[in-house]
Amino acid sequence: MEDPSNPTTGNQCTGAEIVIRCLQEENVKFVFGYPGGAVLNIYDAIFNQSHFKHVLVRHEQAAVHAADAYARATGEVGVALVTSGPGATNAVTGIATAYMDSIPLVVLSGQVPAPSIGMDAFQEVDMVGITRPCVKHNFLVKDIKDLAATIKKAFYIAGTGRPGPVVVDIPKDITAQFHAFSYPETVEMRSYNPILKGHSGQIKKALRLMLDAKRPMLYTGGGIILGDASEQLVKLARRLGFPITNTLMGLGGYPATDRQFVGMLGMHGTLEANMAMQDCDVLIAIGARFDDRVIGNPDHFFSKSRTIIHIDVDPSSISKRVKVDVPIVGHVQSVLGEMNDLLDGEFKAAADKKPEEAAIQAWWTQIEAWRSKKCLSYDRNSDIIKPQYVLEKLWEVTKGDAFITSDVGQHQMWAAQYYKFDKPRRWINSGGLGTMGVGLPYAMGVQLAYPDAQVACVTGEASIQMCIQELSTCKQFHLPVKVITLNNRYMGMVRQWQEFFYGNRYSESYMDALPDFVKLAEAYGHVGMRIEKPSDVEPALKEAFGPKLKERMVFMDFLTDQKENVFPMVPNGKGLSEMILAEEL
Amino acid sequence: MKHIISLLMENEAGALSRVAGLFSARAYNIESLTVAPTEDPTLSRMTIVTSGSDEVIEQIIKQLNKLVDVVKVLDLNDGRYIERELMLVKVKATGPFREEMKRMCDIFRGRIIDVADGSYTIELTGTGSKLDAFLEALDKTAILETVRTGASGIGRGDRILKI
Ligand SMILES: Cc1cc2nc3c(=O)[nH]c(=O)nc-3n(C[C@H](O)[C@H](O)[C@H](O)COP(=O)(O)OP(=O)(O)OC[C@H]3O[C@@H](n4cnc5c(N)ncnc54)[C@H](O)[C@@H]3O)c2cc1C
Ligand SMILES: Cc1ncc(C[n+]2csc(CCOP(=O)(O)OP(=O)(O)O)c2C)c(N)n1
Ligand SMILES: [Mg+2]
Repeated sequence: MEDPSNPTTGNQCTGAEIVIRCLQEENVKFVFGYPGGAVLNIYDAIFNQSHFKHVLVRHEQAAVHAADAYARATGEVGVALVTSGPGATNAVTGIATAYMDSIPLVVLSGQVPAPSIGMDAFQEVDMVGITRPCVKHNFLVKDIKDLAATIKKAFYIAGTGRPGPVVVDIPKDITAQFHAFSYPETVEMRSYNPILKGHSGQIKKALRLMLDAKRPMLYTGGGIILGDASEQLVKLARRLGFPITNTLMGLGGYPATDRQFVGMLGMHGTLEANMAMQDCDVLIAIGARFDDRVIGNPDHFFSKSRTIIHIDVDPSSISKRVKVDVPIVGHVQSVLGEMNDLLDGEFKAAADKKPEEAAIQAWWTQIEAWRSKKCLSYDRNSDIIKPQYVLEKLWEVTKGDAFITSDVGQHQMWAAQYYKFDKPRRWINSGGLGTMGVGLPYAMGVQLAYPDAQVACVTGEASIQMCIQELSTCKQFHLPVKVITLNNRYMGMVRQWQEFFYGNRYSESYMDALPDFVKLAEAYGHVGMRIEKPSDVEPALKEAFGPKLKERMVFMDFLTDQKENVFPMVPNGKGLSEMILAEEL
Repeated sequence: MKHIISLLMENEAGALSRVAGLFSARAYNIESLTVAPTEDPTLSRMTIVTSGSDEVIEQIIKQLNKLVDVVKVLDLNDGRYIERELMLVKVKATGPFREEMKRMCDIFRGRIIDVADGSYTIELTGTGSKLDAFLEALDKTAILETVRTGASGIGRGDRILKI
């Protein structure tokens, strides 16, 4: 049957083929998925194509995490495909994880045939309803005529403005119907037009305040990574000579080995970053959302007055938790680019004059005094492996050039503190949702994107068990990921809170009955290593990352100090300058 | 403070639940919400009556604008506006009530739109507070049933919400 409404193409496709052709049009290279009844037509169409690779995971949660990591590492939109019902619900944790960190994803879910919707059909779940609070947008395709245009919109929405996951729920009968394929070239949506260019007047106002600042501070976040603006940021920061801190999500946005970098800020931020954040007079927030783990107790934060400039593509990120003086809505690349241009043009003379040079010099002296307290020191003479030591060595052995994924817990914070990220998109972790289990599937997504890169998954013995089945996927797809397990036999982050705030009552945080990870890795066909002494750390890492094991996945089980804690720490309800430091205990 | 927010959104299945879901997920107050298609059938117009501090209202507006189905949002309280709500009240109309209810209805410029042996149904439009005042003025024992539409709002003069 020819579709008269579509004169350009006469080629009839099934809905399933349309899905595949849309993915081709979007230049999708990997689809992470798991089959089931509602998507069998789509899987049949996958069987006959070679444009993208389908990566069969072992649990749908991992499919979404892997697609999410692929997006984080490359900047492209990640794609996952799951069946209806349990496949769809298994995907929800992955979707929520991506949503909290603003990661562009398209998740295609199968749905029961349209006439069965609402009938409590086999494997029916209201996917659009379930995911509504944790997606940027979602669609239920009700007519095959809308299928291609809906997928086009999904990619467009996921990847533009503030990125985020978009779910497209496709009833099974639609994947079997026939229609001509035509992929729209552009998307016009009257209801969705992200603002990209910042207001010039506001940008100039911000620059004037910045040039007059005596104790300025640059505070940048995930927006720099998501918006690929680290080049512009480095240029701006160097030109101004201001201290700069990154959020957990912003690490790598500014080179960590640079002198102007004062480390991560927030709950487990450095002393110098938190003190500078608290004491600055002009704060320039760029692509960062004043998270509660970043500013500590808001009243304490507001007890000092400062002028705040906030650049963000999402107006709702601005003045949400913290009232802002100069809001600038726009894409970081565009706004920072314009600031740099102004500093080379209209504002050049003013900037060259360095009106507050003496004050800024004094500010740096103060910051260096904080820095000299060396808040990240730890006991280097211990005969138990210190987790921090493993990360320092990991950084050395990989020459600071690896992609590091992590799970959630103490190991995540140590990775953030001790692996110095000099490049964006190298640090892949779940910040907003804090989802244990992401580490291994994240490493898969990254390794597939960059087959020759060094990819390490820093994890804990608790987190790794949440998606451990993916060791099998790693085997099937020959992913030479290195798993760095900092095995403290505890849900360390939970134990730390119980030690500090619950009188050492370690309720259900001991990881009993752990498997033998070496044997487990071997059972999955990988290399397992157990490292028990500090002196073995470096040789083991060198071996794992060495030429002999280059092609192999290596599961490294480091038995680390059970009682080590993450410092500094801003306890819940306390202010940024009220950190607990290691030496205080 | 009470705010009346007007918005235009795509007239699509699920659009209403996105707005309702936003209010519950973010714990915003919602006093009333009305929605119906506009003269352009692809668009729906919604009026939301909510309350909160200036910061909360600012977030509500931003979050509404962020919904992909929402085309335009206007806080009517940013200027002069007209608010109207329709209420139907069924009241006892027996004995002395029969005369009394007619009189109250006239005072509030309502209309009796249904008459039965023992009851009247009164139609009344106005601001929410006028409708409240009417109910307060009635003898409580006379009220059999009430139904209210929730407020609709529109800007005064040249203030127009259109795309
Ligand atoms: C155990 C644990 C401990 C943690 N401790 C800390 C801690 O000590 N310190 C810390 O910082 N975090 C910590 N976090 C993470 C924290 O929960 C938040 O996820 C994080 O702080 C948010 O980072 P962000 O502000 O950079 O925002 P993101 O979530 O990365 O958001 C990015 C912002 O940039 C904007 N944006 C996106 N794209 C663009 C663009 N192109 N142009 C302009 N703007 C854009 C978005 O609208 C958004 O507002 C911890 C998490 C866990 C799990
Ligand atoms: C899915 C999930 N469940 C529970 C938590 C709460 N939680 C945060 S950290 C943590 C312990 C993690 O233990 P482990 O992986 O061993 O890391 P460690 O802190 O010991 O380094 C828990 C349970 C979480 N973040 N995610
Ligand atoms: Mg642990």
